[in-house]
Amino acid sequence: MERFTVAVLVKNQFGVLNRVTSMFRRRQFNIVCLTVSETESAEFSRITVQFDGQNDSAKQQLYNQLYKLPDVCSIKELQPQDSVSRELMLIKMENDPETRAAIRDAAAAFNAKTVDYTRDSIVMQLTADSRRIDDFVNLMRDFTILEICRTGIVSLERGNATIRKVNYL
Amino acid sequence: MKISGADIVVQTLLEQGCDVVFGYPGGQVINLYDSLYKYQDSIRHVLTAHEQGAAHAADGYARASGRPGVVIATSGPGATNLVTGIATAYLDSVPLIAITGNVMGSQIGTDSFQEIDITGITLPITKHNYFVGRVEELADTLREAFRLAISGRPGPVLVDIPKDVQIAKTDYQPKPAVQPDEPFAAKEIRITEAAATINAARRPFVYFGGGVITAGAAEELLALAEKIDAPIGCSMMGLSAIPSDHPRFLGMQGMHGHYACSTAMHHADCIIALGVRFNDRVTGDRTKFARHAKIVHIDIDGAELDKTVHPTHGLRGDVGCTLRRLLPLLTAAPHPEWQQQVAAFRKEEAAQQTDRPGLTPQKALKMLDAHLTPNTPVATDVGQHQMWAAQTLHFQKSRRFISSGGLGTMGFGLGAAIGAAFATGERAVLVTGDGSFGMNCNELATAVSCKVPLVILLLNNGVLGMVRQWQTLFFDRHYSNTVLNRQTDYVALAAAFGAQGSVAQTPEQLEAALAAAFAADGPYVIDCRIDKDEFVLPMLPPGGSMDDIITKVGD
Repeated sequence: MERFTVAVLVKNQFGVLNRVTSMFRRRQFNIVCLTVSETESAEFSRITVQFDGQNDSAKQQLYNQLYKLPDVCSIKELQPQDSVSRELMLIKMENDPETRAAIRDAAAAFNAKTVDYTRDSIVMQLTADSRRIDDFVNLMRDFTILEICRTGIVSLERGNATIRKVNYL
Repeated sequence: MKISGADIVVQTLLEQGCDVVFGYPGGQVINLYDSLYKYQDSIRHVLTAHEQGAAHAADGYARASGRPGVVIATSGPGATNLVTGIATAYLDSVPLIAITGNVMGSQIGTDSFQEIDITGITLPITKHNYFVGRVEELADTLREAFRLAISGRPGPVLVDIPKDVQIAKTDYQPKPAVQPDEPFAAKEIRITEAAATINAARRPFVYFGGGVITAGAAEELLALAEKIDAPIGCSMMGLSAIPSDHPRFLGMQGMHGHYACSTAMHHADCIIALGVRFNDRVTGDRTKFARHAKIVHIDIDGAELDKTVHPTHGLRGDVGCTLRRLLPLLTAAPHPEWQQQVAAFRKEEAAQQTDRPGLTPQKALKMLDAHLTPNTPVATDVGQHQMWAAQTLHFQKSRRFISSGGLGTMGFGLGAAIGAAFATGERAVLVTGDGSFGMNCNELATAVSCKVPLVILLLNNGVLGMVRQWQTLFFDRHYSNTVLNRQTDYVALAAAFGAQGSVAQTPEQLEAALAAAFAADGPYVIDCRIDKDEFVLPMLPPGGSMDDIITKVGD
């Protein structure tokens, strides 16, 4: 299994997310995470999907099929080395006097910000790439995690390249 | 001037050149039907017995004419009854416009009476679909639906129109009929590379599918085969694109393809595949398929290149445009040795033919064949009769063989034949089996009320023959639920619907029945009795290869 990240520029219309994700389901690709939001133009939305795939030809077939959807304007696979990817996580920890200091140390090392603090709980925010977030979550597993919410990744290519209609066949 | 959404639908259909629609009324299209009433002098509505029949009729109309077929149904069950018809059109790339009504916009999402999310349901079986939220968008949405349906690789498009949008009024300006997107040739570099491979071939084979019919590229295809001295074969969907008796034509390839065709393809060193998608029924075991051949694959749909078979050259482009660019780059080269080999395959095929006494399906179809004119559209259902028809009948003109290839929809044929009759103005023929016919024989009512001249050759063997064949060959003759044991009197059934019919148990009776059927005013059902253990041969077992071909089944 390999992990891929693809950005899909779509027309900003209702039902479009359904059309795109349905194609992943039909080709039996498992979506790891997905973000969707408006872009610099109100006309378009940008969907960033991270998914696991078996092989390149199945992946290419998925892109080909996606590309045929009339609402899909452009598709770009984002290579880790050529792109900047970020994810935001909110993590709620149990606030226990015995572990408090250790949690705070780890948070400092990862630049995680405390955004809510009560007698019983601490909510921290961390923006980083997914790997770094995974590492932080693993550290936190030594303590009591109450809840986690991650946004899924957003990703842009490095340099001045932008997503645009590409005729890649 | 402001007109209602319902009137806009009909006006837009007229502006798109549509003069016949198939459908069935209901609560949420009652406004639309009121407009159809108003415009009945300009647009004909064909009322079917069931929405599925209407969808197949619109599909058959599109296949026979090359113009988009239009089907109308109400919300809820009306819409869901279209689903098999839409999926059939999707798998065979047929331009179909499905218009459904839906409940008032204010009631959408409340599970109101006959409300269904038909755009959700048809998402994976349409090229695209639309829910029209505002009457102002209606005309342009319908135009866009037509453009999408006929552009590139054609396909079905559904437009769901809630009742309030049909009632609401807005300004309407007629526009000219939409044109399909301009067809384009593959990239020059890809064409040049492919030409080099083709020029180096010693045993070239031209293989085509339904895309050649859609592209209208038969002439270019024949020029190609002529120039490189190649035999020609097709997928079932390609049948009728070129005359069946063309000297280079070996017939259909695939699970039940012609022996010479499958064998030649197996031995070819270069396959030029045009508008065809290498379905599993064609390739069998993909790892063993055409092992010795380089494949040049040309298709308008880039997603078909490298989908199932890895081509040496994948050329994305219109078949006609691309071939016109490719042809000048090819060197004319005779391949006498290869032609001798192909001739030997033909001889082997001829030697496999057995002519038994009595009414065999092949004999019945040959007798039918003698009655066909070059313009006669022939529809089929799905099963053994379909394969026999595909193997036996001769076609002179494109779009005259109408059959559900991709989805394999039993019950497709009667509706499709009715649609084809409307499209061509010709007497249509339906070749069917008792299994398939039983699924949608209610459309006999439609054929009778519309006085459709229709010859129905029902190859009646009392069993679900294709499944039975598999049970015989691969399931130790466990005939699980394939023996129909029905007591249907098809002549009486035809009479009950107001049609004519007769039974044929011998070639003489069949000849008389065919003569009567081809002279009849309306539909005529021939209950043609054949043996339940007839086989469709040759057969490449599912997942098998040419090494496993079955040409004979022991007595």
